[in-house]
Amino acid sequence: MGLTGLEIFKQLPKTNCKECGQPTCLAFAMQLAAGKAGLDACPYVSAAAREALDSASAPPVALVKIGVGEKAFELGNETVLFRHDKRFEHPTGIAIQVSDNMSADEVKAKVAKINKLVFDRVGQTHQVNLVAVVNDSGDAAKFADTAKLVQENTAYPLLLISSNAGAMEKALDVAGANKPVVYAADASNYEAMVALAKKFEAPLVVKGDNLDSLADLVAKVTALGYKNLILDSGARELAKVIADQTQIRRQALKLFRPFGYPTIAFANNADPIVESLNASTFVAKYAGIVVMTTAEPEYILPVITLRLNVYTDPQKPIAVESKIYELLNPGPDAPVLITTNFSLSYFCVAGDTEASRVPSYVVTVDTDGISVLTGWAAGKFTPEAIADTLKKLGVMEKVNHNKIIIPGGVAVLSGKTAELTGCEVIVGPRESSGIPSFFKQRWLNQ
Amino acid sequence: MAVTIAKERWTSKVAEMVIGPNDLKLGGESTLSFLHFEGAMPNRPVTSLEVFDMEPEDWPDMLKEAFAGVMNDPVAWAKKVVEYGADAVTLRLMSAHPDWKGASADEVAKTAKAVADAINVPLIVVGCGVEEKDGEILPVVAEALAGKKTLIGCVTANNYKSITAACNGYGHNIIASSPLDINLCKQLNILINEMGLPLDRVGFDPSVAGLGYGIEYAYSIMERARVGALTGDKTLATPVVCFVGENTWKAKESVAPDVVEWGPLHDRAILWEVTTAITFANAGGTVFIMRHPESIKRFNAFIDEAYKSNAY
Repeated sequence: MGLTGLEIFKQLPKTNCKECGQPTCLAFAMQLAAGKAGLDACPYVSAAAREALDSASAPPVALVKIGVGEKAFELGNETVLFRHDKRFEHPTGIAIQVSDNMSADEVKAKVAKINKLVFDRVGQTHQVNLVAVVNDSGDAAKFADTAKLVQENTAYPLLLISSNAGAMEKALDVAGANKPVVYAADASNYEAMVALAKKFEAPLVVKGDNLDSLADLVAKVTALGYKNLILDSGARELAKVIADQTQIRRQALKLFRPFGYPTIAFANNADPIVESLNASTFVAKYAGIVVMTTAEPEYILPVITLRLNVYTDPQKPIAVESKIYELLNPGPDAPVLITTNFSLSYFCVAGDTEASRVPSYVVTVDTDGISVLTGWAAGKFTPEAIADTLKKLGVMEKVNHNKIIIPGGVAVLSGKTAELTGCEVIVGPRESSGIPSFFKQRWLNQ
Repeated sequence: MAVTIAKERWTSKVAEMVIGPNDLKLGGESTLSFLHFEGAMPNRPVTSLEVFDMEPEDWPDMLKEAFAGVMNDPVAWAKKVVEYGADAVTLRLMSAHPDWKGASADEVAKTAKAVADAINVPLIVVGCGVEEKDGEILPVVAEALAGKKTLIGCVTANNYKSITAACNGYGHNIIASSPLDINLCKQLNILINEMGLPLDRVGFDPSVAGLGYGIEYAYSIMERARVGALTGDKTLATPVVCFVGENTWKAKESVAPDVVEWGPLHDRAILWEVTTAITFANAGGTVFIMRHPESIKRFNAFIDEAYKSNAY
């Protein structure tokens, strides 16, 4: 990434042999620069050129895989500082920690709680990603026992936290099969930690005391031939973490290679509200993994929800399922509101309808996830689409009236919609915030 | 290995607005949020709690408990807001709404004057949300509050003219509201500015949504606006007003009673409001209008930490 076609061209054999499928080496170089071809297509590229081009074409933030099986996840491949510039690629992994000072029963109980941190949001499931095991006891056997116990009780990958390489080895021996994250290689233990991470093919956190020492240590670790890394600058205070996370992302995007890896940040705080707010900040501010102590859902739900929001692709409208949403247990006399399946349209209508406390049916017409006015302009939110949706979902069979309410912004659709559906079409407010007063004036008083 | 710290050389900054009897300053940032190592955030984010000019029927119990005994008296309610430590009082003129009392401009102006006279912190006055009605009442309110340097809103592309003229004449500042589109924000700021109101007396409201309900749209608008402001676009360099409480307290996460999967209500509801607020603070928000007193305490504690030095 970042190399121009001409820079790549200089490294190629310049024989124009055409075996790559391109007419000239220059054309091939242009394809490489655009990411439309792979270097493997050239049979004659030299080993030296390959290495130069491979490292130059590596992504700014390396891709790191954590865990195995269904709960495995990836971090890295990030390319921007601001989500509006493209998108954030891999949602922050949320780790909840247990301590090896806890009794076996306490560990089991907390892991059971962590396993239950699964939230459903408009048909999608969202959950935490890791269970961290902390070697608070300083005792290697206790650490290994706890790691083993956690491993036996959860499908999530582990994050093993100990600066003692001996303890880490014992824990990996009993709980290292599923590619857990090894935390951490520091200046005093990095050789042993790298050897362990290599042996278990596990991602390794490199921990510095500040950005300078982190860069030093990453250089030493990569010199040992290990590049499956996650970075910890050592910062723990909120303002310093924000600064360091921003620096690491900025440096990575400038292709400063020691910082070209995902990061980990610790939100832990004795006050779970503070912990939750810090974790949400780190989710928005570039952390690859965020570690928390609490396993109580009221503190985790906001963090998971913010992650879901910040990591949506700004270029792709988010669609909800096209169906009948039943709000507040509507009966047969409840109003029927029509909107599109753009998630924000649905959320606004649903939120304001619930705020009105009038039980209602909200029907979302499939517009490929675009909004009411855009959908209308693009010919996707049409009388025909509304009629088809009503028929397909059997909406009017649920109610004892034949009225439907359409958004005020598309009042122009009312005539044709009435004709096609046989319904009485009521024009609702232009903005969903007008729904409560609309109900008050136009529905409840009729 | 000494890492060369990556600092952006921003060429411009956010306008600084001065409001209220105590000349409270807001805005003026010359960097992205909390990057103290490369620029200044000379003024802390401003917190406010809402006061309605009539007792709201539909507020959840947690809010009603926090203001028990004062919700039918805007002056007493406003004093309670000051007592809770809010930097500013936000008075919402709900009674003017045609669906509620349809109160006249003179009636709401009288209430606004009484509230402003009873407090020594800035007053933010928000209309009933019906554009036409707000266009009628807010100029009268602006006149009644002459010299109080309040922040008055929300004006839209449809009613800005009468309100802007009055705010300009009586020394107030204005909140310009546009529906989730940075170009519309910009356009409205320009229209208001063309009427002679300086841009350092305009704040913009990008129509924020709460956590889980489209927060990312306003989040990115604020980030884009801040980058625009720092790179010299004066029409985006106005402080951002975030109506946090209005949007979070209607979310079911803030009102559904204790449920097993979501945990107990109290901390969840507070976090819904504060997480929304700190998320916007991280993106470039300036004024945070909330509803629960505990939320502003939590928010301020967060800002205390975020304001610590992170110089390299």
